[in-house]
Amino acid sequence: MTRQPVHFYQVGSFAVGNRLLSADDRTVQSLRERTNSIDSGHRACQGCGEALGARYALDAAMRATNDRVVAVNATGCLEVFSTPYPETSWRIPWLHSLFGNAPAVATGVAAALRVKGKSDVRVVAQAGDGGTVDIGFGALSGMFERNDDVLFICYDNEGYMNTGVQRSAATPPAARTATTDAVGPEPGNVFGTGKDLPRIAMAHDIPYVATATVADLHDLERKVERAMELHGARYLHVLVPCPLGWGTASNDTIHVARLAKESGLFPVFEAENGTLTSVSTIRRRVPVEQYLLLQRRYGHLFGKNPRPDIVARIQAMADENIARYGLVDESTESTEVNA
Amino acid sequence: MDTPFAITLGVGTSRANHTGSWRVERPVYVDRLPPCNNACPAGENIQGWLFEAESGNYEAAWRILVHDNPMPAIMGRVCFHPCETACNRVQVDEAVGINAVERFLGDLAIEKGWQLPEPGRDTGKRILVVGAGPAGLSATYHLRLLGHQVRLVDSADRLGGMMRYGIPAYRLPRATLDAEIDRIVALGVEVVLNHVVHDIEEERRAGNFDAVFLAVGAQLGKRVNIPAGDSSKVIDAVTFLHQVAHDDPPLLGRRVVVYGGGDTAFDAARTARRLGATDAVIVYRRNRERMGASGEEVEQALGEGVSVRWLSTVNRFDAERIVLEKMRLNEDGFPEPTGEFEELDADALVLALGQDTDLSLLDHARDVTVHDGAVSVASSMMAGASGIFAGGDAVPAERTATVAVGHGKRGAHGIDDFVMGREPTEKQRHELATFDRLNTWYYADAPRTKRPELERIRRQTNFEEVIGGLSEENALFEARRCLSCGNCFECDNCFGVCPDNAVIKLGAGERYEFDYDFCKGCGICVKECPCGAIEMVPERI
Repeated sequence: MTRQPVHFYQVGSFAVGNRLLSADDRTVQSLRERTNSIDSGHRACQGCGEALGARYALDAAMRATNDRVVAVNATGCLEVFSTPYPETSWRIPWLHSLFGNAPAVATGVAAALRVKGKSDVRVVAQAGDGGTVDIGFGALSGMFERNDDVLFICYDNEGYMNTGVQRSAATPPAARTATTDAVGPEPGNVFGTGKDLPRIAMAHDIPYVATATVADLHDLERKVERAMELHGARYLHVLVPCPLGWGTASNDTIHVARLAKESGLFPVFEAENGTLTSVSTIRRRVPVEQYLLLQRRYGHLFGKNPRPDIVARIQAMADENIARYGLVDESTESTEVNA
Repeated sequence: MDTPFAITLGVGTSRANHTGSWRVERPVYVDRLPPCNNACPAGENIQGWLFEAESGNYEAAWRILVHDNPMPAIMGRVCFHPCETACNRVQVDEAVGINAVERFLGDLAIEKGWQLPEPGRDTGKRILVVGAGPAGLSATYHLRLLGHQVRLVDSADRLGGMMRYGIPAYRLPRATLDAEIDRIVALGVEVVLNHVVHDIEEERRAGNFDAVFLAVGAQLGKRVNIPAGDSSKVIDAVTFLHQVAHDDPPLLGRRVVVYGGGDTAFDAARTARRLGATDAVIVYRRNRERMGASGEEVEQALGEGVSVRWLSTVNRFDAERIVLEKMRLNEDGFPEPTGEFEELDADALVLALGQDTDLSLLDHARDVTVHDGAVSVASSMMAGASGIFAGGDAVPAERTATVAVGHGKRGAHGIDDFVMGREPTEKQRHELATFDRLNTWYYADAPRTKRPELERIRRQTNFEEVIGGLSEENALFEARRCLSCGNCFECDNCFGVCPDNAVIKLGAGERYEFDYDFCKGCGICVKECPCGAIEMVPERI
């Protein structure tokens, strides 16, 4: 399953497209005829990772299904910035009900399509990390357990951003939010809590679980395509940096997502039926500082009263991920140099 | 309109919301000057022809190449490629093998019989070019493209100048040289060989020329006074290489000492090895770091069994024995004698201590200034207001074939301005595309392709070409290692990474356009552009 990097084509393996690449190696995003599922004029902040991630994923799903997709959306940034009445940015069939019920609504849509015999129309449900790991968690677990024919995509920006950056169960340790102040001996969010939803999803033994970031478009699109080849409950967890909530520069959205992966803090992998099938290895490993320093939500770990001890604990988390998923692969590193 | 309670607007697309008004900075596409183009003495658009070569459009690539330099197969062999030294890819892995690709294109053109562009429409102007080396040939070519008539005179019996009589055949095969020269002559050039110009003014008057391009080169080997016995064989390197090129090599014996540290010294030593010398020793008064010869040439020479005595000068040459004085570098890096001597067995001494120009033909040219044995020129290569231009080794500059080709081109355009009565124009140059503007994440690692070298044992005894060419596959690989610094190559990154779909893809070859109605000015496209072809500029408020 691991993708074979394309060499010799200047930027074939990494850039969005390339005049020298064969049609098969180009991304959906490089095509002028891509759906643009979410249209211009949406009110996401400058440099929004979620707007980008949603277009990447849905355009790929549209392509994979010959444009036969219904999307169900939980409440969250993505819903709020795309549909302030009377405007909508959606260019695909799209449905919003409540914050916590997106998995259940998607189950219902899938059931209705089955009853009507429309087997070619596929259902995608999408939510932010709040709607996934906190508020929609029960419904989502039920959807997994019943193995309903829905691809559920979580756009993880690690907090409740449109309501003013509150902590979610996906907020990482030590990060400052409106509800986890950078004060006291352990500033920011606490260590040892939160939910690792990709692993929880894997524990349901559903057909497909994968993680991705907006920094690797080829990988993300390939995973959506794979998910649409399968039926039953599928889960895709996409890291989408939030310039507002993370305190990053608006032009750093992709760069910071890349560092999350390259530091080992955000493991990128895929699993089928509860078993890990592939990991995206680290290409240019970086210490976690490089990732943290770009974000004001970790500002209290540096500067006048630095907390190297906390940085070391975050580094230990990255090292644990690297060990758990085998993110550093010596053999692929050397093939890239020798190929 | 029928709307629900408390609703005053109909449902519509978000495109009604012009988010471009949020912007305080706007991205704009720019073109920057790639460092290779900036460094090329011949003024080639290197990135431009690599771009075509990347797609396998070799003829299109060659046509861009010969727009500036009509001798790519020659340059692909003898150029010391400052472009590769400047190449930004050095900081990623290794420089792009520009020189090897240039040679591949040049050789392919000869093989396929591609012809140079047609000469320009006849202007009726007559130009005299004196000297048929790289500068003279380049000037001739560009003058023909501009529609001027050219008479090309040379004192030798064949065209090529130092490319024929200075550069040994193992670096530049004569078939290649002839093919590229013939292609220039085929543009319709009046060639006069075996003709020495004694007085440039008289020559010009007699032929009724509108302007003159002087490219007489530096043909005189410098001599120094070294006490030598009557039976001692001393020859200067220029004469030595000239005789070898004429198939009339002098008999130097088995132990040859070459005095000097430039490329000519190494050419002479390597040639001596090929003529049967068992010992070819270079004596140079400084150390390796301060030597004039190119690193590649030194490596190749050492690989062929040439040895070097660093920090030594030749004190005297008695029969079969050369006395060397050891030197040391002082604080300023200048060599100073130490008073220590050593001896070296030798049958012949070759002097490669630089070359002088013979500019006696300018004695009656009133408005030309000769300073330190070189002709002073303006940036248009004009040496005298009456229409005398000069280039190549005869003017103060680095003495390489590529510099000479550049002089020829600039001189031709200078002459064109002069004879057509135009004011010379300085071309606007783009800002340099520096390494820090690149996003190297997007470039796959791909180390450089090595050109095959003739096995060492073979090249010690014959004049076969030492460096082989690239296969098509390798040339394509090498061309595609180009980072396209500073100029869009349509990788679709900006089109893909915009969260607001505010980049419009215009289609192959047409690049992209920003939709400023919706661009919020986040700057992701700038940051993620691999080649640094977008910049943010403050919005006018």
